[in-house]
Amino acid sequence: MAAKRESTFFNMVSTLLLVSAISALALGSVYNLTKEPIALAKKKKQEEAIKAVLPAFDRLVTKKFKSGVGEEKDSLQFNLAYQGDQFVGAAINTFTNKGFGGEIKLMVGLLPDETINNISVLEHKETPGLGDKMAKSKSTWSNQFNGKNPATFKLAVKKDKGDVDAITAATISSRAYTDAVNRAVVTFGANKGGI
Amino acid sequence: MNNLQNFTKGFFKENPVFVLLLGMCPTLGVTTSAINGLGMGLATTFVLVMSNLVVSLVKDFIPDKVRIPSFIVIIASFVTVVELAMQGYAPALFDQLGLFIPLIVVNCIVLGRAEAFASKNTVFSSVVDGLSMGLGFALALMILGSVRELLGSGAIFNIKLINHDMILVFVLAPGAFIALGYLIALMNKLNKTK
Repeated sequence: MAAKRESTFFNMVSTLLLVSAISALALGSVYNLTKEPIALAKKKKQEEAIKAVLPAFDRLVTKKFKSGVGEEKDSLQFNLAYQGDQFVGAAINTFTNKGFGGEIKLMVGLLPDETINNISVLEHKETPGLGDKMAKSKSTWSNQFNGKNPATFKLAVKKDKGDVDAITAATISSRAYTDAVNRAVVTFGANKGGI
Repeated sequence: MNNLQNFTKGFFKENPVFVLLLGMCPTLGVTTSAINGLGMGLATTFVLVMSNLVVSLVKDFIPDKVRIPSFIVIIASFVTVVELAMQGYAPALFDQLGLFIPLIVVNCIVLGRAEAFASKNTVFSSVVDGLSMGLGFALALMILGSVRELLGSGAIFNIKLINHDMILVFVLAPGAFIALGYLIALMNKLNKTK
């Protein structure tokens, strides 16, 4: 066994530098290797989400619209679906920053008359076992939005005098989810002319 | 200690969760279901084996006073590798476990084994130690997850066994403490009678 290196100032600094440099190099190359598969996986997920939240379509047009909520500067991506020349609905990449664990990204499918067709969760960091019930794979909670028209279905949890049943013990996550859906609906309504 | 003993110690005699009481944060946090516990356990096993391997290789090169920061950098690198690889090649699994992967860095078992075992032993026995501790951890998490899932939502591995309202508290954080307490008591009893 080789003698252990002394804890001199030079040895300490050089070791830390070397360890960090090698890690950085390794991570950089792994990142480059996995960049493409990750992008592909994300794209596939996005496409699957669009298909899941809309009725049958044969053509997609992507447009960006500024968020219609208050003074927000962010824009939402609209994936407008056409069957022939008929506009059949829009899958909207919407988000909220009010989640219990930060940002939540949803794909909301709206029919031309603003009825919610279906919703799919793209990304979230909510508490496992509680807030993550918003995902379709975990519970059927989000199905309550399907087929509801925001004109008659108030997009707020019951605690805030709305019509949405909150997830048990995850009111903040439910509120955030509803906020994201509302952002999509309001933006859709505000930009209907541009479609 | 021979290699067989070295390998089996992680399951019973020195089980990281039930005996050493290390890594309580992921233990209590992720074990809401059996599959989450198992996935977390296996990801931790990979990081443990790899970090034990590297730490035992470079142990003579690293001066004592900076060993902890060096070990942490090594561990964090492997965790990031796991996260990126999972995101790219197993997106479905990442959806389930992605939230917990960064937590492996703060799992004190990983640093604990690097410090207490890998920095003093040969490469081979360090890898065996990592495998043993990791699988012991995975087993413990799976058992705890199964108990909580069964009592909390009446299912194991997402297969519904009991179709009835269950005891919600077991899915929440307090249930983790209660279930863990009883499991540790049981484990102590088993270890004593042996």
